Amino acid sequence: MLGIPDSYSDYVAWEQLPHLWCAGCGHGIILKGIILSLGELDIPPHKALLASGIGCSGRAGDYVACHRFQGTHGRSLAFATGIAAAQPDLTIVALLGDGDAGAIGGNHLIHATRRNINITTVITNNYNYGMTGGQFSPLTPENSITSTSRSGKTESIMDVCSLVAEAGANYVARTTVYHVGEMHKFFKEAISTKGFSLVEVISPCPTYYGRYNKIGNSPEMLNWLKEKAIPLEKYNSLSQEEKQNFVWRGKLIQRSREDFISKYKKQQSAVK
Amino acid sequence: MKNMFIQGNEACALGAINAGARFYAGYPISPVNELSEFCSQELPKLGGIYIQMEDEIGGIAAVIGASLGGMKAFTATSGPGFSLMQENLGYAVMAEVPLVLIHVQRYGLGTGVATKPGQQDMLQARWGTHGDHPIIALVPSTVQECFDLTVQAFNLAERFSSPVLLLTDAAIAHLRERVIIKDAEELNIINRKTPSVSPDEYLPYAPDEKGIPTLAPYGGRHILRVTGLFHDERGYSTSNPEKCRKLLERLHNKILNHQKELPPPKYYGKDGAEIILISYGISARSAREAVERGIKKGINMGMINLQTVWPFPEEHILNLCNKAEKIFVVELNMGQITGEIQKILKGQAEVIPILRYDTNVITPSEILDKIESVVK
Repeated sequence: MLGIPDSYSDYVAWEQLPHLWCAGCGHGIILKGIILSLGELDIPPHKALLASGIGCSGRAGDYVACHRFQGTHGRSLAFATGIAAAQPDLTIVALLGDGDAGAIGGNHLIHATRRNINITTVITNNYNYGMTGGQFSPLTPENSITSTSRSGKTESIMDVCSLVAEAGANYVARTTVYHVGEMHKFFKEAISTKGFSLVEVISPCPTYYGRYNKIGNSPEMLNWLKEKAIPLEKYNSLSQEEKQNFVWRGKLIQRSREDFISKYKKQQSAVK
Repeated sequence: MKNMFIQGNEACALGAINAGARFYAGYPISPVNELSEFCSQELPKLGGIYIQMEDEIGGIAAVIGASLGGMKAFTATSGPGFSLMQENLGYAVMAEVPLVLIHVQRYGLGTGVATKPGQQDMLQARWGTHGDHPIIALVPSTVQECFDLTVQAFNLAERFSSPVLLLTDAAIAHLRERVIIKDAEELNIINRKTPSVSPDEYLPYAPDEKGIPTLAPYGGRHILRVTGLFHDERGYSTSNPEKCRKLLERLHNKILNHQKELPPPKYYGKDGAEIILISYGISARSAREAVERGIKKGINMGMINLQTVWPFPEEHILNLCNKAEKIFVVELNMGQITGEIQKILKGQAEVIPILRYDTNVITPSEILDKIESVVK
């Protein structure tokens, strides 16, 4: 199932390794999943672009040999909107962190989705801002201990999947780095979907989130993800109270609204 | 070529289109709206794209993306929108992305007075984004110059691989004048360099002999890597002190060592005059009229009309002012360019500001009255 395509090497900037991520971090698993998917879908490196933001996940662009764009914090989808308009045949994967996508880039996320820009967004949700020392983000669960919520996060969690599903995304799914086969399948489906697609991947940050919340190191965090993340159907069958202890994983939506550039070109040529 | 009677906003949009721009992204704001509406109607007819983004941050971001995708791209905004664009403007300087940003200045501070003119963002244009950086900024003072300097702005953006600012104001944006609009074939247009090496040898941020990188558009076999972090010639991030220093110096020198290619100031009036007015934008129109009236009254005076404001045309000004005893600076702010002139003249002539900052443009009579009260 997880065969490595021959072209895998072509996407990796081997001379840039080792990477800067901490031992036990999930970002490498996610990046590898994206690269494997591109390879399996036969999208050559010069027809693929990784657009990242700021934070730990933002550094992913330093390790790829395909086209690479790293924007300002939270704005990657706005930059990618222009790239997608100029190069409609390019496969764009936007790799965002939870702060990137949910906080500073929340507005761009809503509107890139609503416009239905032909981009696949992957959110690496490690429940905190790892690069700056483990502060909580909008995607951090309520009551979590972080470096800026020592007695528990007051604010409630933002369900980014429901948000973009409501905003009009053509494909929305969530999984974790523990469920690597499922992650891989979702990536391939999302990249193959024309229009805006999004996969949220919950990923361990043993350096901060795991330590602050006494979950433990990476193996313990992976086990924790295994138990916490349950299939969507199962989650939906739980009572409101039981739901508080779990997070769903699975495919939330798949549809085929016409993407922005295709529709725009069609409308404009009708006027001419 | 055609003769048209149009306003500054339209002349800017036509300049952009005839220079080859096919992508516009922005956010509605007064007093820019005629420009963006024009783009929304005209660009699609030419196969181009207009995108109305969620805010000005997204507007300039989409323009950066489209430019890296190989299109000539631009945005336009005013005061508060210009403030929102500062972060990504700095990004474009850092990543050396060609683009044009038209800033139609309105009466400023906060949300200001949205429909009235000002020249209060001259220093923000220079220093608004964080970090040491160079910037090119042009200032038209006629509707014809709105067209001509927009074309030049696109050429300079490609020539220097850099964002270029065009600073107009609410008065010039809505002023209607007769303009000669040259077609694209009649203009000298600079297009983006293409790599001269094979994809295997290609380094996106390797500078040529003039210090300019060759940014191959995304989607081609030459792999483009772009980041706003300090980076090496491959486009991967670095914190190596030597590489950081060299990159920062190259970003400055690629422009500062070639300032002669930027539009020089225009000079009107008596050569070697004792009294010189320095002005730009809409204020320069009144200053020019004041000089003509002054000369008729027998005053030995001349006027410098800036076309490039950043980098500051120090050499030109020093040469043109070498016999001047009194220099009057006319602007619609509390003395932003006056300060620059004082800085470069180092006391060799008396610098006297003639300022107006009450939402109205300055008049020729006001200027001449002030000069006569000082000179007598």
